[in-house]
Amino acid sequence: MATSFDAALQNLRTSRVWKSIFRRGPALTNRTRSLAVFGNLFLHWLPVKVREKSLRVRAAYYLGSLSLLLFIILVVTGVLLMFYYHPAAPKAYYDMKDLRFVVSNGVFLRNMHRVAAHLMVLLVFWHMFHVFYRGGYKPPHEFNWVVGIVLLLLTLFLSYTGYLLPWDQLAFWAVTVGTNIISAMPVIGNKVRFVALGGNIVGENALLRFYVLHVVILPLLAFLFIGVHFWRVQKDGGLTVGPKEDDGKN
Amino acid sequence: MSDKNQGQDESHAIERPQLSRRDFLNEITVGALGVAGLGGATLTYQYLSPNVLFEPSTTFRAGNPDLYPVNSVTFLQDQQVYIVRMPAGFYAVSAVCTHLGCITQWKPEANMIACPCHGSKFQPNGKKIEGPAPRPLPHYAINLTADGELQVDKLQIIKTDQVLRV
Repeated sequence: MATSFDAALQNLRTSRVWKSIFRRGPALTNRTRSLAVFGNLFLHWLPVKVREKSLRVRAAYYLGSLSLLLFIILVVTGVLLMFYYHPAAPKAYYDMKDLRFVVSNGVFLRNMHRVAAHLMVLLVFWHMFHVFYRGGYKPPHEFNWVVGIVLLLLTLFLSYTGYLLPWDQLAFWAVTVGTNIISAMPVIGNKVRFVALGGNIVGENALLRFYVLHVVILPLLAFLFIGVHFWRVQKDGGLTVGPKEDDGKN
Repeated sequence: MSDKNQGQDESHAIERPQLSRRDFLNEITVGALGVAGLGGATLTYQYLSPNVLFEPSTTFRAGNPDLYPVNSVTFLQDQQVYIVRMPAGFYAVSAVCTHLGCITQWKPEANMIACPCHGSKFQPNGKKIEGPAPRPLPHYAINLTADGELQVDKLQIIKTDQVLRV
């Protein structure tokens, strides 16, 4: 069985279709293995070789990768939630109630989105503290630290804009309080609040604006910065492995 | 032909400009993109600022003055305004906390207005007693209509010592 499977795999890998897609033969040598990474859009920002110690759990506790995983979960569940949600008052509230009580598995998806969002904020902060205490903001990682701060802010903005969408009392007052914090900014505060809400009160315009920010603008920005962030980890020489691991064990 | 001859003569050669063609094109491109970017940002800002708002009217009628006994504070929930009647006259106090915009509540047993969100406290005339609120509750313009009803304009903020005598 195994040999016939291997033979079939071998046939597939030497077939013209396989070669037209992957543009290389079987990954038998280090060179072809490297080409497998270089020549693949989805792998090209990964390193061809990784230091063993940066693969240890203790190296970063997978906090960044777990944040990415949560982001992917949030995109998938969020897109599914969008099929039943109208960003209009008061329909938004009834759609949220429908998701909880009428739609099959709606309560599961909604809670998955909600819990993953809370966890992502937690993990992103945990990731930031871990990188900070490891000295991950020091050269040559300064730029990626700043990219990480942008991602932290994007996570918080995503969280905040998503908070309004259920259109319940909690959402309304949280955004009332939050946008009044914006208007405390000197000089431009009231104008920023007016444009953010699309009016003077948290109403239909505000709901639509927060929806567009939550489902289009902020996720696109997050995708962009996540790409740069992961790519720069490798270009800056891999994970920051603490001095203890560097001096002591290896 | 004469021009060409002059050009070949070094003493009449035109001085090469300091700015090369490449630099000039670069600068004019960056300049044009800058102008276009600023214009685009301005247009986008204008586009995002609505000109027509479908928000509740800021002027409302509060009914006949006889509805409000002397020495009373009445909370109008729909308008988020307190109509206060003191022996001196009427005034309208905003019920929106000046801290972060929560709706305050009138506590007759303590004779004060309190905010449930962060604990700010105000006197019935809007003066701050304590709490994180930075300013007293504003007074809105209050008038009598031609047919003798109270009318409040929430866009006009008046001094706290102005009262409406009926």
